[in-house]
Amino acid sequence: MIYNEEFETLPREAIEALQLKRLQQVVSRVYHTVGFYKKAFDNAGVTPEDIKSLDDLRRLPFTTKQDLRDNYPFGLFSVPMSNIVRLHASSGTTGKPTVVGYTKRDIDTWATLMARSFAAAGLTRNDIIHNSYGYGLFTGGLGAHYGAEKLGASVIPMSGGSTKKQIMLLQDFGPTAICCTPSYLLFLAEAGREMGVDMKSLRLRVGILGAEPWSERMREQIESVLDIAAMNIYGLSEVMGPGVSMECIEGRNGLHIFEDHFIAEIIDPATGEVLPYGEKGELVFTTITKEAFPLIRYRTKDITRLMPEVCKCGRTFVRMERVTGRSDDMLIIRGVNVFPSQIESVIMEIDGLEPHYQLIVDREGSLDTLEIQVEVSERIFSDEIRQLQNLEKRIKKDVKDLLGVTAKVKLVESKTLQRFEGKAVRVIDKRNI
Amino acid sequence: MKVEQISIFLENKPGGLSSVTKALSDAGINIRALSLADTSDFGILRLIVDNVARAKEVLNAAGFAVGKTHVVAVEVPDRPGGLNSILEALTGQGVNVEYMYAFVERSGENAVIIFRFDATDQAIDVLLKGGFTVLPGEKVYGL
Repeated sequence: MIYNEEFETLPREAIEALQLKRLQQVVSRVYHTVGFYKKAFDNAGVTPEDIKSLDDLRRLPFTTKQDLRDNYPFGLFSVPMSNIVRLHASSGTTGKPTVVGYTKRDIDTWATLMARSFAAAGLTRNDIIHNSYGYGLFTGGLGAHYGAEKLGASVIPMSGGSTKKQIMLLQDFGPTAICCTPSYLLFLAEAGREMGVDMKSLRLRVGILGAEPWSERMREQIESVLDIAAMNIYGLSEVMGPGVSMECIEGRNGLHIFEDHFIAEIIDPATGEVLPYGEKGELVFTTITKEAFPLIRYRTKDITRLMPEVCKCGRTFVRMERVTGRSDDMLIIRGVNVFPSQIESVIMEIDGLEPHYQLIVDREGSLDTLEIQVEVSERIFSDEIRQLQNLEKRIKKDVKDLLGVTAKVKLVESKTLQRFEGKAVRVIDKRNI
Repeated sequence: MKVEQISIFLENKPGGLSSVTKALSDAGINIRALSLADTSDFGILRLIVDNVARAKEVLNAAGFAVGKTHVVAVEVPDRPGGLNSILEALTGQGVNVEYMYAFVERSGENAVIIFRFDATDQAIDVLLKGGFTVLPGEKVYGL
């Protein structure tokens, strides 16, 4: 079902006309209300009047996470605090958190986009949605909650944690959909099995999964252990929260970006040059309807590509491919671009589950070296040396086949690689360059 | 007639082995036999202990990946040609030895050797038909 058919199926020219009109308004507004933008535009020698076409967007400077930190906490808000009805903040693993604000209308827009997302996954007001995204400063919990209510579905505001209770409610309340991170859903499935629950017999039929990068392999795994459709949702708190883009159940090939509210660009992360449709690079967003906290050309650091072909679901919004890495994770090894997620997919192919691994990059003489350390879990452990050596060889060969880079593979004891709350640090780069 | 052996992955670094033996010692588990197979980077420690389930539990708790394998304990006459007679019987039937190691204790007058075969059931069959003594797990754990 298409929630806002009028907007979601607009012809391309109409989308672009709408985007231009909204872009001009937002650029003019931030120039006159946010000191940071006035200074940035002046430095770049561009004024709001220079934005005459969508192509002129690229004349505007980028906004980065560092800019958000420099203006902590409220420096980039473009409305008075009295108009702000909600604040959220990122986890802030590296320094101060990133703070975002919403007006009443922003909250309503967000709820609408989440409702669109649920509808794209095939949900209706007849569904019961079990929301295991955390409620609080994190945008996931409340974002999904308001969207589910907007759709008219029944929400279970479960939040994260309390595993046993989660399993009990999944059995007793019979939700037909669940919202959480893909890794948390696998954790719940495992916990349920250990409690003797037949997780396939639950009424669940759809998972709305996001807030962390995941792979097609993981999707297959989730779908097979739970017998549900695992749907990919994308968002980031700076841009709005979950519901910036969403897969449709009909296509399941790329996530539709809600282009009546956001303009997406793909740039070369090294040069900042805008890349054409189809090319892989860093995703950049400009919000064109947000009131409290508009963002101009915000660098997400997420690596993906845009697919302009019209989807079989009927939506005309451009799709973005599943995020395959982060531009700040990208390694250049002997001139080859390597994303840790690519190596992860190789190990996952063999291990079958989310692997614990670390990449050590170093330089011997003038040559870059890559060492892949993989924890030996009980699933891949064998008491025969030969089997373990075959495992090392296979990882090495698969990495070479996929990336063209020769790596050394080192098996390490389980649970010895450092665990991090939230995002894992997968790369240790010892090169001094 | 099979014996349960546990195996542990160890990196080649100081203190690796002792962290295993300490975990077992603290839990009052007795090691009946062991062998360490190694490469330049890692080793595999194989153990026969008096309480397999408890050993796996404490080693898991100490963070080790623990494997369980079925091996066969065979009494070997303690005289020249004792081991050879066993291997000949197995070779004749196409059974392959993956690895083997000697047990510390004797069983009466005989030595005890732990074998890992590629075809465990077939190997037991061949050995019994050849008149060799295959020791059951309970006996081995308590030797």
